[in-house]
Amino acid sequence: MSKKLAMIASKGTLDWAYPPFILGSTAASLGYEVAIFFTFYGLELLKKDLSGVKVSPLANPAMPMPVPMPVLVQALPGMEAMATMMMKQKIAKKGVANLESLRDMCRELDVRFIGCQMTIDLFDMNPDDFIDGIELGGAATFFEFAGEADITLFI
Amino acid sequence: MQFDKTLDARGLNCPLPIVKTKKTLSEMSSGQVLKVIATDPGSVKDMSAFAKQTGNELVGQEQEGNAYVFYLKKA
Repeated sequence: MSKKLAMIASKGTLDWAYPPFILGSTAASLGYEVAIFFTFYGLELLKKDLSGVKVSPLANPAMPMPVPMPVLVQALPGMEAMATMMMKQKIAKKGVANLESLRDMCRELDVRFIGCQMTIDLFDMNPDDFIDGIELGGAATFFEFAGEADITLFI
Repeated sequence: MQFDKTLDARGLNCPLPIVKTKKTLSEMSSGQVLKVIATDPGSVKDMSAFAKQTGNELVGQEQEGNAYVFYLKKA
């Protein structure tokens, strides 16, 4: 019987979007059954349009910057868009997959995506904004799978 | 070494070489050998971990310039 990996993806930023999809696609390639439960800001990662997934230099002191940048400068309008663009360029240059293709790979490898129904209600999200083929459920749905899992991660 | 198929994973970074290896192997039949060429230094450890966990045997491995070459025999 194959091993199982259960993850919770709770973050909606570009940097933190990677771990669930990297680990999910890798585990599935190794023969694991994988399910990812997307909750709170993590639901952003299930949208058809991923342009809302960005990275902010603010409150990210370890983020490598081309030049040292005071916090007040980081807070200026346009800085988040610039940091996001720079990170996407770096990702492409280094041969790291973009988010959408990594997500597609997970789907091809039968990784289950479960969206948190409570978050959708809480933030009045539109179900039509999400990609096809996702399941919706609550905490009990997560535990149904996670209770049988060999590895459980909260991201 | 003899092989039946080649996967060029040069320039790709984690986890792409592994994911593409798995995908390519799934289109092959048991006993066939896949040659994978990668430039990701992490793929050296990853490919042996992949082989160990999936049962596809790593039958050969070499370095050609800045590229790492792996031969995997499908289980």
